[in-house]
Amino acid sequence: MSSISIFLNSSVGKKVLMSLTGLFLMLFLVIHLLGNLQLLKHDDGYAFNTYAAFMTTNPLIKIVSWGTYFIIIIHAIRGISLERANRSNRTNKYVISNYHRSTHWTARKMGLLGAIILLFIVFHMSDFWWKYKFGETPWTKYTVELTTGNISSPEDVTGQGITKFTKYTDAANASEIVIAKDLYKKVVETFSNIFFVLFYAVSMLAIAFHLWHGFASSFQSLGINHKKYNPLIKGLGKAFSIIIPILFALIPIIMFFTHQ
Amino acid sequence: MKLTLKIWRQKNKNAHGEMKTYQVDHISDDMSFLEMIDVLNEELVEKNDDPVAFDHDCREGICGMCSMVINGQPHGPGKGITTCQLHMREFNDGDTIYIEPFRADAFPIIKDLVVDRSAFDRIQQAGGFISVNTSGNTIDANAIPVPKENADTAFDSATCIGCGACVAACKNSSAILFVSAKVSQFALLPQGELERKERALKMVEQMDKEGFGSCTNIGDCAAECPKEISLENIARLNREYISATIKSK
Repeated sequence: MSSISIFLNSSVGKKVLMSLTGLFLMLFLVIHLLGNLQLLKHDDGYAFNTYAAFMTTNPLIKIVSWGTYFIIIIHAIRGISLERANRSNRTNKYVISNYHRSTHWTARKMGLLGAIILLFIVFHMSDFWWKYKFGETPWTKYTVELTTGNISSPEDVTGQGITKFTKYTDAANASEIVIAKDLYKKVVETFSNIFFVLFYAVSMLAIAFHLWHGFASSFQSLGINHKKYNPLIKGLGKAFSIIIPILFALIPIIMFFTHQ
Repeated sequence: MKLTLKIWRQKNKNAHGEMKTYQVDHISDDMSFLEMIDVLNEELVEKNDDPVAFDHDCREGICGMCSMVINGQPHGPGKGITTCQLHMREFNDGDTIYIEPFRADAFPIIKDLVVDRSAFDRIQQAGGFISVNTSGNTIDANAIPVPKENADTAFDSATCIGCGACVAACKNSSAILFVSAKVSQFALLPQGELERKERALKMVEQMDKEGFGSCTNIGDCAAECPKEISLENIARLNREYISATIKSK
């Protein structure tokens, strides 16, 4: 076996892989959040739909996207096999197992939290990503006045033979015409249902608890543990695991109340 | 003090084990936990019953022989102590105490509370040593200058008595705290430099072969360690292992 495969199959290598993929996914969360926050702009989805078109058509972003799916799959498959293998190392369980331990419960429930998040991702992808890519998504036309920057009320242009994102300048009217798939409308529809809002908000709890352990743990796995920097890493981890999921959860909640 | 003991009894490695209930009376606050079991065993021997088998040797917290999980906690309640350093004053009259062996497939039960921890010996033999010339011209260890801070940290790691409480406490039955302490004590000293790379690679390889689980950074090992070996050691082992892999041919 080469030293790389020995490394990846060793108990230390396994957690290094979980750590690196986990750190990448944390970075992805930040980017994803920044994109999603555009849903809260009062522009009838102009910014968000343009962004969604860019994210799905730009070749570089496409590569990064497929890389992200691949990394999610690696993180999930490795996580599941790690959990299964670790559970099999104690055939005879303790009779007393309800002893209250001093360490945080999230660390012991990473497998369960990860499984909840995986289910959420599958649902989330089939709900938005799949429909956007392969389903029936309406098309909308925005007219941006070049002089003022005002965006006129969008016009539904579904069924007019449009198949791709279009952007052109209408010199006669001093405006720019943007025709994009209206994912925004889909999101508004989804988040007008209180059950979807609750489902998304509660799923963010699983992410918060997963990150509560995961953030600092990924540094430890890489061997980054230093008295001077530990408080910073732990503090950042706690802030990250609270702020990011809360901001994610606020999007459906705000949309539910503002699109009544 | 009168106590009810629920103790794991298992005749041998392959036998079926179960919790059995015993009553003990006249237990003094000043007795150590092991002395309390001695009292029970004397009674059992008098009744021609099989005494409870348990590991013990120095009874002063340095040999690493005593084990057992008391009320779900390796080495019982109290921080930074072994079972032999646990005193009955930690318990109350009328308490029910559950006593189990360290449980991990890599530590098979030999009898009752005695488990086979020879997997630790094999990990040590894989790389937990330094090569020293002992043919009459041994160099005095003090002749090699070592920064005080490194010496102290190496000593902290070296206080690991290899009892296995880390494995018993870990949800994954991981032995990494033990291995990391053994790797750290040498990684911090010039004497350990010669076999540095091989040590990390071989000890981790042996640890995985023995059937211990993978570390997921929970920290129960360090919380239950009678010598309070810190998680910094695990981070150091991770560094040692990563760098040894990168540098290996």
